Amino acid sequence: MEGLFHTMSYTGYVYPNETVIPWTILIVVYPYMTGLVAGAFTVSSMYHVFGIQKYKPVARFALLTALCFMLFVPAPLLLHLGHPERAFNAMITPHLTSAFAMFGFFAAFYIILVSLESWFAFRVDNVARSKSPNRLKRFFYRALTLWSDDVSERARAFDHKWLFVLAIIGIPGAHGLHGYVGFVFGSLKAREWWGSDLMPVIFLFSAVISGVALLIVLYVVVSKVRRTPIDQDCLRGLAQTLWGFLMFGVLIEVVELANLFYKNLEGIELIRTFIEGPLFFSYIVLQFGIGAALPILILTVMMFSGTRGTPFVVGTFASATLALVSVFMMRWNVVIGGQEISKTMKGLLSYNLEIWGPEGLMAAIGVLVAPLILLWIMTRLFPPWEPTKQPVS
Amino acid sequence: MKEKMNKSEAARRVFLRKLVRAALSGAALVGASTLLGRKTMAAAKSFPTPDYDWTKHQWGYGIDATRCIGCLRCVEACKIENGVSLDAHHFRTWVERYVYLEGEEHARVDSQSDPQNIAASGSEKVYRFDNRYEGKKVTKAFFVPKMCNHCENPSCVQVCPTGATYRTKDGVVLIDHEYCIGCQYCVQACPYGARFFNYEQRVTDKCTWCYHRITKGLKPACVEVCPVNARIFGDLNDPDSDISRFIRDNRVQVLKPSMGNHPNCYYVGIDKEVV
Repeated sequence: MEGLFHTMSYTGYVYPNETVIPWTILIVVYPYMTGLVAGAFTVSSMYHVFGIQKYKPVARFALLTALCFMLFVPAPLLLHLGHPERAFNAMITPHLTSAFAMFGFFAAFYIILVSLESWFAFRVDNVARSKSPNRLKRFFYRALTLWSDDVSERARAFDHKWLFVLAIIGIPGAHGLHGYVGFVFGSLKAREWWGSDLMPVIFLFSAVISGVALLIVLYVVVSKVRRTPIDQDCLRGLAQTLWGFLMFGVLIEVVELANLFYKNLEGIELIRTFIEGPLFFSYIVLQFGIGAALPILILTVMMFSGTRGTPFVVGTFASATLALVSVFMMRWNVVIGGQEISKTMKGLLSYNLEIWGPEGLMAAIGVLVAPLILLWIMTRLFPPWEPTKQPVS
Repeated sequence: MKEKMNKSEAARRVFLRKLVRAALSGAALVGASTLLGRKTMAAAKSFPTPDYDWTKHQWGYGIDATRCIGCLRCVEACKIENGVSLDAHHFRTWVERYVYLEGEEHARVDSQSDPQNIAASGSEKVYRFDNRYEGKKVTKAFFVPKMCNHCENPSCVQVCPTGATYRTKDGVVLIDHEYCIGCQYCVQACPYGARFFNYEQRVTDKCTWCYHRITKGLKPACVEVCPVNARIFGDLNDPDSDISRFIRDNRVQVLKPSMGNHPNCYYVGIDKEVV
């Protein structure tokens, strides 16, 4: 038995069984990834559904990002399960009262939807690539086009119609999937820190923040690597979206916290002690301060003073990186924080992060890096970039 | 050109049709095998006791905290009877000690798994409450045995994504260890901290009221060994059973009633501080 589980240290009184944490860093990574998917998909839909032209340079890249991350969303869950080989039990005999019973179906549906949407988005390009002189390449792309090389006006219109329809279905799909993750936590009455009606909304706002932030970071990095100019209009649009959602996101979290303290239910003193003590750095400093207030300030100053060019790219890149940290810390503070407050409301536990092992830091990093590697491969196979255009400024 | 396109289109249609057919037959195969699999599993695992009729009973549990002396024989018996891991982090039942010291507003609480108590007993496998309050002015002190409440409206059953945990017709919440995927959602959902993860079997575990015993007419191990009758068990359908009389003769309470779980463990002699 020794070494099979890792115990938490605690102060005050906690139930004996609480000294082993049920959900570890992998369950922090899981909502983080679904959030990135929902946010990236939102950016892609801004162009594909709402026709906002300035998002065109990253629209297809955003779609690929959503797909790559979504394909890895089940990974942290499977690594966490005691019996991953039984994972399909939840789909074979879904227990419908469970908030989690439908996750497998929703996730599968969404993966199929994003795959289909990507198929339509890249079909014309794939037809062009299927004419390659390389036999292997020719076969690969021809198979992907399902041996149809019709790129007529009519066929393209058909592609666009489907792209539009799938993107529309994808909006409630992506946000439903992520709001649902918020519900999984928010509907648990046993934990004061989780049981909140606002949880799905908070999750959704933070999802858009993280997805947009990820795209900003990747877009800037990829442009530097490819030595292509950054489309300033596009970056400005992304920065504005990040700016707005950050403000809304912080506001809702503050409302949630105010609500918790105003209701003043039993155990609130413990929560106060928790926020002022062990959670202060990860919650107040990282999530709200450095992760949210600072990027809001940077973006506000830049928008107000009309910063352009390289300073704007640097400022936006920094803000987006900070926002990514903030949202990760938000997931951490919800998932880990919630479990550090004992159900006795008389004690606080402290999670000791393992480095190695299936539920350790390295596994979590691996799960987060894997979609990026896949995305790199995907962008090599299906270059999502529009023909380079001269920078506006 | 047109003819060529039509040809390729026709070939594609045939290919797609085959693809759909293959997918459908695959799904049917998986579905059929799972249904059959479930049936045989259900038949083999119906009950630990073959001729037991679960529609004839409604089990209930009583705890008289005024009687408990904190000897922890129940904890020991439970661990042995149910093969619970012999460490300080996995318990199907445990006992809490509440002590009010003179001048203090809130009770000091600990259980047998408190490090000081383990230090006093010398081992995680030996259960004892230490003498930490010796010489102190104690105004009020009592013990509260805890366990799964076998709720009528159990949060754990509600959240289980596979239905591996369920409530039997005789009112016991059980876990099918062959079907549990080990997600621990139920561990999170239980307001009472009654569930834990069994690291040997990699599934969730908790008190079953010794279902293998009660279906044979025996009492749960913890009730059997209690030297002071602080633990009471019986059939709520029988008005003369120990539990029916316990509930009738006392003003009973349940833990955390605001959770709406409707526990089936009835307490006597607990205090506002009991969590």
